[in-house]
Amino acid sequence: MKTNEEIKAAIEAAVPGAGVEIINNPSPSAQHSLLLQRETAFAVAQFLRDDAELAFDYLSNVTGVDWLDKEIVEKVKVKKTVTKTVDGVEQQVEETVDETRKHVEPGYLETVYHLYSMAKKHGPLILRLRTANRTDQVELPSFTPIWRSAEFQEREIFDLYGIVYTGHPDLRRILMWEGFKDHPMRKDYVEPDDFEYEPTAHDAVLKRAQEHQAKAASAQNGGAA
Amino acid sequence: MAVDENLKIEMGKQGVFVTTLQELYNWGRRSSVWPMNFGLACCAIEMIATTMARYDLARFGAEVFRPSPRQADLMIISGTVTKKMAPQVVRLYNQMGEPRYVIAMGACAISGGPFKQGYNVLKGIDRYIPVDVHIPGCPPRPEALLDAFITLQKKIDAQSLTGENRPRHLNPEGQGEFPVPEQGEHDLEPPSNTLVWPAPMVIR
Amino acid sequence: MITPILARQEGWNRQPEIVPDGEGELLEVAMGPHHPSTHGVFRMDVTLDGERIIKLKPVFGYLHRNHEQLGETMSYLAIMPYTDRLDYFSSLSNNWGYALAVEKLAGIQVPERAEYLRVILAELTRIQNHASSVGFLIQDMGASGTPLMYAFKEREKILDLFESLTGSRMMCNYMRFGGCRVDTTAEWLNQARKVVAGIPAFADEFEALLTTNEILMARTQGTGILKPELAVNAGITGPLLRASGVNYDIRKVDKYGIYDRFDFKVPLGEHGDVYDRFMLRLLELRQSVRILEQAFKDIPEGPIMDPKSKIRGFRPKPGEAYGRIEAPKGELGYYVISDGTGNPYRYRVRPPSFVNLTILEDMCLGQNVADVVLILGSIDIVLGEVDR
Repeated sequence: MKTNEEIKAAIEAAVPGAGVEIINNPSPSAQHSLLLQRETAFAVAQFLRDDAELAFDYLSNVTGVDWLDKEIVEKVKVKKTVTKTVDGVEQQVEETVDETRKHVEPGYLETVYHLYSMAKKHGPLILRLRTANRTDQVELPSFTPIWRSAEFQEREIFDLYGIVYTGHPDLRRILMWEGFKDHPMRKDYVEPDDFEYEPTAHDAVLKRAQEHQAKAASAQNGGAA
Repeated sequence: MAVDENLKIEMGKQGVFVTTLQELYNWGRRSSVWPMNFGLACCAIEMIATTMARYDLARFGAEVFRPSPRQADLMIISGTVTKKMAPQVVRLYNQMGEPRYVIAMGACAISGGPFKQGYNVLKGIDRYIPVDVHIPGCPPRPEALLDAFITLQKKIDAQSLTGENRPRHLNPEGQGEFPVPEQGEHDLEPPSNTLVWPAPMVIR
Repeated sequence: MITPILARQEGWNRQPEIVPDGEGELLEVAMGPHHPSTHGVFRMDVTLDGERIIKLKPVFGYLHRNHEQLGETMSYLAIMPYTDRLDYFSSLSNNWGYALAVEKLAGIQVPERAEYLRVILAELTRIQNHASSVGFLIQDMGASGTPLMYAFKEREKILDLFESLTGSRMMCNYMRFGGCRVDTTAEWLNQARKVVAGIPAFADEFEALLTTNEILMARTQGTGILKPELAVNAGITGPLLRASGVNYDIRKVDKYGIYDRFDFKVPLGEHGDVYDRFMLRLLELRQSVRILEQAFKDIPEGPIMDPKSKIRGFRPKPGEAYGRIEAPKGELGYYVISDGTGNPYRYRVRPPSFVNLTILEDMCLGQNVADVVLILGSIDIVLGEVDR
């Protein structure tokens, strides 16, 4: 199989302005991936399938990933002019001060595609697509018209993550019932408060069980009073 | 009125068979329990294995698996009940004719089991319908299911036709319909049937 | 694989719509979630024109028990017993797939003996899965009881082996990252040899009973045909794909584990109908026996765990890995993203039966309603894996 760099070059030659970026994977698996642009992704996917040499005719796996907003804290040395009283005289002194700066890297929803070729028996080629943000701009192009195997998997991601695939022929909830409002696989999903009474060793669960008990107890007391 | 056991044996030796209506009635009920052909998850495979040649459920008069709830006496909740499936399970239970019994097979049917913390998993079917026998295990072995059958048969045998302990179908005030939960926007509504399952409150 | 002419046509990878003949009304039937023939709690919303299928929409989720979400809240090792409950017919294959993905993620090597044990257990799993899936298929056809009893008779023997080795009949929880949990004894291997030696006789008996059966041939030949182009495009894997004549077996393609050391053939179908799938499973079963015989002969002594792999406090470096194996039902893949903590950031299962259901509608359109059950049975789904 061609290397990721060669595939990137081939894509950029075939689809002008594709803007493919190689995402490095530091783990020993060394499965690096290609980040596609939303606008050109469909054309790139079509090229990958129909190109005689690459021939990625088999889309194996479609995964949704939720990346939360990341708060990045960094320490920066800043020069500041400070007014100080030295020996009874006010002076303007320049000082270097350590300052912690916080900025929020906006989160996004991501779809990861694992491609193989049944004709050439090679793979995997990993494609990634990212939405603009996690709230309102969650559209991505659907690959279902190119590979049918994406049909149910994209529906599943739509259901559990809320990514809207434009061009999908039948985008409905698949695992949860119609009328369900949440996207339960998102990292910030909060389950309805329904925890049972027995203690459990699981920290996060134990905490929620205790919260639930406190709430239930206060509700009972309030009802009695 | 119960017949004296010794008298019964003595008369049996003389070729006279004596019984009570209650014994006869319960004997008939317990000896041919028809389970519903209804599997949910992993435990259903063990349930099938129980009906196969090696464990042979037919020895206990319960080999006739009926696909229709109208013809079944026993519902084996064999597997995880999800929130999407729970209304259907309650509806199937409502459609069964009295007398009807429920075996909750496996950890999932009892309490949600290993999947208890999942957002779509019902934490035990006894939140909505009354359960007669619980079998622990994940999945329970076929022998455990056989044991549950024998336990259920003993339970049927011990029911008297009159008085406080009588079966639900002989009690004119007995509850026959169980409310089917609705699938709401975030959860099942209501999250449990408080008449069947008053939420336990542990004081600590 | 795809011919260029096909690819240029709009909607080539979909079945053309079936037009009702206009006589009589259309009937909408919900088959499931409680239905005697569907494999578990699966539902199909079927639109019928008389007996013919006009439309079929599968409805999932009745066994959606949040496998992936739970996986993200627990440690890497704690997921292992949950993988047993995905495809509850073949827990050991599921174990292997997950172990393989995490071993790729953390760069762990597996000792020789453990590799052989994995192959032995995975092939035993394949045999009992194929035997019972064929049994269920015939049961769905209306042959109530007998073939399934034969299959389960064989299955029980293999389950006894699993139980004596791992402690559980179905939920084995046997493999670990870098090896296996407990070692076998020579006695167990002898027992396994005996069981495997009896399997060809079982397959002969089964085939004598069924393959030339008039009713079976009439019901299954030409039913539910799947074309190879569509199968590849829809990501179909496993016996379903090979019955359509596409030679793609991950044991041969990826050569994961030590599959390159064994001499076995990949059986292929010709017509892609239900009969081919039925026959293909029986042929694969015989090939598994071949692999097992070689593995029993060659299995070396030695350790079964990589001494460097950590059981407690297992924290792989940030990164991701996709590992896949040829499970009895098709390609079973696990995709794990690590963020350096003790539990995966994202844990995804690529279930074969879920993706294989994509073409259920295409295979059923225009067929009789009685054949739907048969076609579904020939896909061989397990709901624990479809809905997770």
